[in-house]
Amino acid sequence: MKDFLRRTQRGFTSSRKPEQQIPEDLWHKCAGCKELISAKQFQDNAKVCPRCNYHERLDANEWVSLLLDPDSWQEQDAALAPADPLGFVSPKDNYAKKLQTLRESTHRQEAAISGIGTIAEQPLVLCVSDFAFMGGSMGAVVGEKVARSAERAADAGMPLLTINASGGARMHEGMLSLMQMAKVSVALARLGEAGQPHISLLLDNCYGGVTASYASAADIMLAEPRAHVGFAGPRVIEQTIRQKLPADFQSAEFLLEHGMVDMVVPRAELRAVLGRLIGLYTPKAHAVNAFASGNNGAQAFLRGA
Amino acid sequence: MADDQSQHGELAPWDIVQLARHPQRPHTLDYIRGLCEDFVELRGDRRFGDDRALLGGVARFNGQTVVVLGHQKGSNTKENIAHNFGSPRPEGYRKALRLMRHAEKFGFPVLAFVDTPGADPSMASEERGIGEAIAENLLVMAELKVPIVTTVIGEGGSGGALAIGVADRLLMLQYAIYSVASPEASAAILWRDASKAPDAAKAMKITAQDLYRLQIIDEIVAEPDGGAHLDMPAAIAAVSAAIQRHLDELRALPAAELRHRRYDKYRSIGVVHHAQTVALNAALS
Repeated sequence: MKDFLRRTQRGFTSSRKPEQQIPEDLWHKCAGCKELISAKQFQDNAKVCPRCNYHERLDANEWVSLLLDPDSWQEQDAALAPADPLGFVSPKDNYAKKLQTLRESTHRQEAAISGIGTIAEQPLVLCVSDFAFMGGSMGAVVGEKVARSAERAADAGMPLLTINASGGARMHEGMLSLMQMAKVSVALARLGEAGQPHISLLLDNCYGGVTASYASAADIMLAEPRAHVGFAGPRVIEQTIRQKLPADFQSAEFLLEHGMVDMVVPRAELRAVLGRLIGLYTPKAHAVNAFASGNNGAQAFLRGA
Repeated sequence: MADDQSQHGELAPWDIVQLARHPQRPHTLDYIRGLCEDFVELRGDRRFGDDRALLGGVARFNGQTVVVLGHQKGSNTKENIAHNFGSPRPEGYRKALRLMRHAEKFGFPVLAFVDTPGADPSMASEERGIGEAIAENLLVMAELKVPIVTTVIGEGGSGGALAIGVADRLLMLQYAIYSVASPEASAAILWRDASKAPDAAKAMKITAQDLYRLQIIDEIVAEPDGGAHLDMPAAIAAVSAAIQRHLDELRALPAAELRHRRYDKYRSIGVVHHAQTVALNAALS
């Protein structure tokens, strides 16, 4: 029985001859249900499996093009690059070298992009983490981008949207990484004082110091279906309690049930939900005018008269 | 072991980890009782429960009422079980939050003591939003209108420590440690091998000296020879003098200035480069 299981696990990928392999441009194998689906259909569906609703991870640029109005994106702080403040070297790991390799392979400086854009013609500041770059981990640059985004939103009077997939604080920058949690928090507190909302969208997966700072310190919390979000990782918890965790533990649906998020939003509906939400926090020009001309009593009341 | 030690015969980071975790080391309640008079413990988060891993209340410090709070470890197994080894659940952080708001309401400074391996990793803590509880504390400490002085007295572990550590002044005892994750967890994450904890302790720069150099802490409080556990009254006196000195400076500041400085203090942490500089450095090296 054991041998039988082992063979099946190995079989599917390794026994194939190259000519038998699926042409990648035509078919996509869903990581959720393992079914073959048309690559075009998958792409048109924003990388959500039409059969099982599995939401495949998008990179930061894909998020920008999915959510923002065409040509509205202006990236900012793209040149911010990480330093190696601890001179982190160990027998198995060399941070400076690792960054160099990643920079060349991903053509990015860091694990997040930030900028401004519009959704349904409503301006907002956006900061998106990129899981492909060191697991979206937060070092000084990610912290700086989140903090600048919050400050930019506060100064410009725009809402802030953060899209968050991260393993947590970046080990290689040590305590300076942990302190980024404090850095983003002081900036988010300023955003709060400016009366602008912070909307956090939680993706699969988001853990550690990112969950325990800006990703959870939001006015509105959204999550993608079946995203896994928590503070301690499931492996750590299993080791501590010495038992298996339930399958849906730390899933978006679990968070909703426990009152930790406002909504679980399928990817296809996100743009509409965000557009509506932002609209509710952004006074429309005509609404402001109607208020000014037609309701002086209420206005005087608000002024404290 | 020899090459782990520095040339000056100082303790290796891993030795300091052992001292920071020494069971006989003074813990939060020892400091609160040693530093203050009339300590009255205030319990519960008014939401779910009372967490014995994070204790606090009101007390008189050198004649002035303060709010005190901190992670509580035990000195033996029985005490440690009662205090969950100093690892707070969400209720602990929400109690701390309640006490900080209380301090703000009555204009009392906050004295916090850090001594935790990290926040409690369990199903119950996740279900009740441990991440959100920590995040909320960070946000509230960022704009609290009263002075906050936090002292790392033993082990400062991860976000569970920072959740009471966004302070105007961050002090650290000479043989305390403060790290983004415990040396064991760091080694497990970096090299998938928790037994490499001594290497992680060195690479991660977690000692008071390291963190002073990195400008994360404001002062190293010297310990008695051999460590705080060998002369508790002397350790408490040193902490008391340091806290009073910082409080005097902070209390002279108007609330707006206090918050402004706190903002600048945390806003400026972390080294970032611009890509052009990086390219230039790469070309030069």
